Amino acid sequence: MQFWVIQTLNSLALGGLLFLLSSGFSLIFGLMRMANLAHGVFFMLGAYLGVTLLQAGVNFWLAALGGGLLVALLGGLLERCVLRALAGNEQGQVLVTLGVSFIVADLCLVVWGGDPIPLSPPAGLRAPLFFMGLAFPTYRLAVLFVAIAAAVLLYVVMERTRIGAMIRAGVDDMAMARIVGIRVSLLFTTVFCLGAALAGAGGVIGGPMLSAYPGLDSDMLPLALVVVILGGVGSLVGSFVGSFIVGGLYSFGTALFPDLAYFVLFLPMLLVLVLRPRGLFGRTLA
Amino acid sequence: MSITLRRRTVLKGLAAASAGAASLRAPAVIAQPAPIRVGFLTVKTGPLASGGIQMEQGLTLYMKERNSMLAGRPVEIITADTGGVPANARAKTQELVERNQVACLIGPLAAFEALAIDDYIRQERVPTLSVAAAEDMTQRKANPWFVRATSTSAQCSHPMGDYAAKELKYKRVGVIADDIAYGHELIAGFQRVFEDNGGKVVQKLWPPLAVPDYGSYIAQIKPDLDALFIGFAGSNGFRFIRQFNEFGLGGKIPIIGGMTAIDESLLKNMGDEALGLISTCWYSAQLDNASNRKLVEGMERDYKTDPGFYAAATYVNGAVLEAAFQAIDGKAEDKDALIKALKATDIKETARGPVRFDPYGNVVGNVYIRKVERKGGKLVNAVIKTYPDVSQFWTWSPQEFMANPVYSRDYPPARFLE
Repeated sequence: MQFWVIQTLNSLALGGLLFLLSSGFSLIFGLMRMANLAHGVFFMLGAYLGVTLLQAGVNFWLAALGGGLLVALLGGLLERCVLRALAGNEQGQVLVTLGVSFIVADLCLVVWGGDPIPLSPPAGLRAPLFFMGLAFPTYRLAVLFVAIAAAVLLYVVMERTRIGAMIRAGVDDMAMARIVGIRVSLLFTTVFCLGAALAGAGGVIGGPMLSAYPGLDSDMLPLALVVVILGGVGSLVGSFVGSFIVGGLYSFGTALFPDLAYFVLFLPMLLVLVLRPRGLFGRTLA
Repeated sequence: MSITLRRRTVLKGLAAASAGAASLRAPAVIAQPAPIRVGFLTVKTGPLASGGIQMEQGLTLYMKERNSMLAGRPVEIITADTGGVPANARAKTQELVERNQVACLIGPLAAFEALAIDDYIRQERVPTLSVAAAEDMTQRKANPWFVRATSTSAQCSHPMGDYAAKELKYKRVGVIADDIAYGHELIAGFQRVFEDNGGKVVQKLWPPLAVPDYGSYIAQIKPDLDALFIGFAGSNGFRFIRQFNEFGLGGKIPIIGGMTAIDESLLKNMGDEALGLISTCWYSAQLDNASNRKLVEGMERDYKTDPGFYAAATYVNGAVLEAAFQAIDGKAEDKDALIKALKATDIKETARGPVRFDPYGNVVGNVYIRKVERKGGKLVNAVIKTYPDVSQFWTWSPQEFMANPVYSRDYPPARFLE
């Protein structure tokens, strides 16, 4: 009983964190038709910026916001100055983002060193929560609530605002979106910044769970890829559901079939790719 | 084979010719003996860079203290960054040997890198002082050109098994380590000695090497264990202990650690939750000997940090190299003489204590059981017991030890899992 409760809570907390990471990845993928392989490094950079901001005495949630904004700035520069030059050449763009991820990772190494650095959770959330004889980290529950709040906010933006409608139009049919007068190029920058901001803020919020360490980027990126492939490219609902599926597979997979941890994680991805290549919630991209 | 020889002869001829030409033109340049070139394979980029950078710091410090002179000859360290990638380690080794013509190598860091250059250093006969811990490099498949002054994966775990059973009086212990050969070997050594002394390993957990979150593993840990032995490498031990405490387990189940799990480099970013953690290693920054005092002082002065496993490793390698160079009057280019001298090294005092080698090229040296304490405001690994002159074969004879299969996930078999 205890096992199931704890692992369920674990799945949910990890799923929440994965949503913060993968929702931006999915939107960028859906709109710009390219896998932004720098997304993992955005997450890691966010965690490291969080370290510095927290050391400067900034409030935790403001640090998350600040980390998000700074990473968004970097994302905007990357999109405007580099990816723009390769417009229409998606393969080139993917390779460039991979290169950028190596560069940023090594810069992080220079600035913050190679030793892992912990991030302290906000003061009120440090002690574990005890209920029915079980102990569970309070902070992980907070992560889950933050992720749900972010999901609701993103959903409202995507479904109820003009900019959201434009993004959806771009994901569904870019050529048609251009014809009806949507400035797709501006949209690219907006979405790229938004995605980077989510990853950066996610890095700060994930920090107290994962710590900031070299290699965090490459530990997280494959999980984001699985989420997006499962959920469907460009679909917010898809990355939400996908995140919690992956969180569950990961937690229960490693616990129930420890020798097959990766198999359990990647097999569903394979099945989805074969049986439903667009993902659970993906639409046909024009 | 004959092709290599011929190519080498040609190269030598060319080198001699150009040297002759150079000396004709500028006869006054050669004032002091030519430097001994030492190749240094380390990792300065990527996820393993933390250890690699400390390796460089330790070696740089040693050479600085000697003013870059060993055995009366200047020494030139040629550093190569492998990025922790086996293929790069191989390419860089080749470059160091063939282009830079190094007399010997220090490094590489990781076992998979050492395995990637294993056949090459045999073929080219390059004396190599590595910190990689792979057991069979100095056991069943001993490489005659490989010398290890640090320890095998299990060399420090054997004493820990002994200590946990006899002094800590633990009966039921769980183990968790990275699911890689290093983790398997390290755990196996602990399990074998612990169970030989009446203990039982009742739970084994193997998370993959790259796991961001240990939550789902922590939730599986049996609540009634006497202790949990952690065999993590790199930053994984640090993250595991943090998450372990996050789940409210800190203080409820004692943690004991392998040689890389609770390193000095990790302690500096840890808090009071680390107090009391017991671990085993061939080194501690707290060792009180003249060589180690210099190392600790130097690291504090130049890098504002305590030396840990990796900095001490290359610092000790520097001492071993110096002793060997002295034994052969600095004629380091004679490979056969150098490897013989390296293996015959017997130093009474290095930063880790006395160092000598067994016939397989692996160190026989002290292993320390350490406990985290707070001293002068910082966390340190205080030595609570010394196991003197520990061999990679522990108390068995080499023949007896190597008659068994190499340590792995399934050997020795776990008989007491619950």
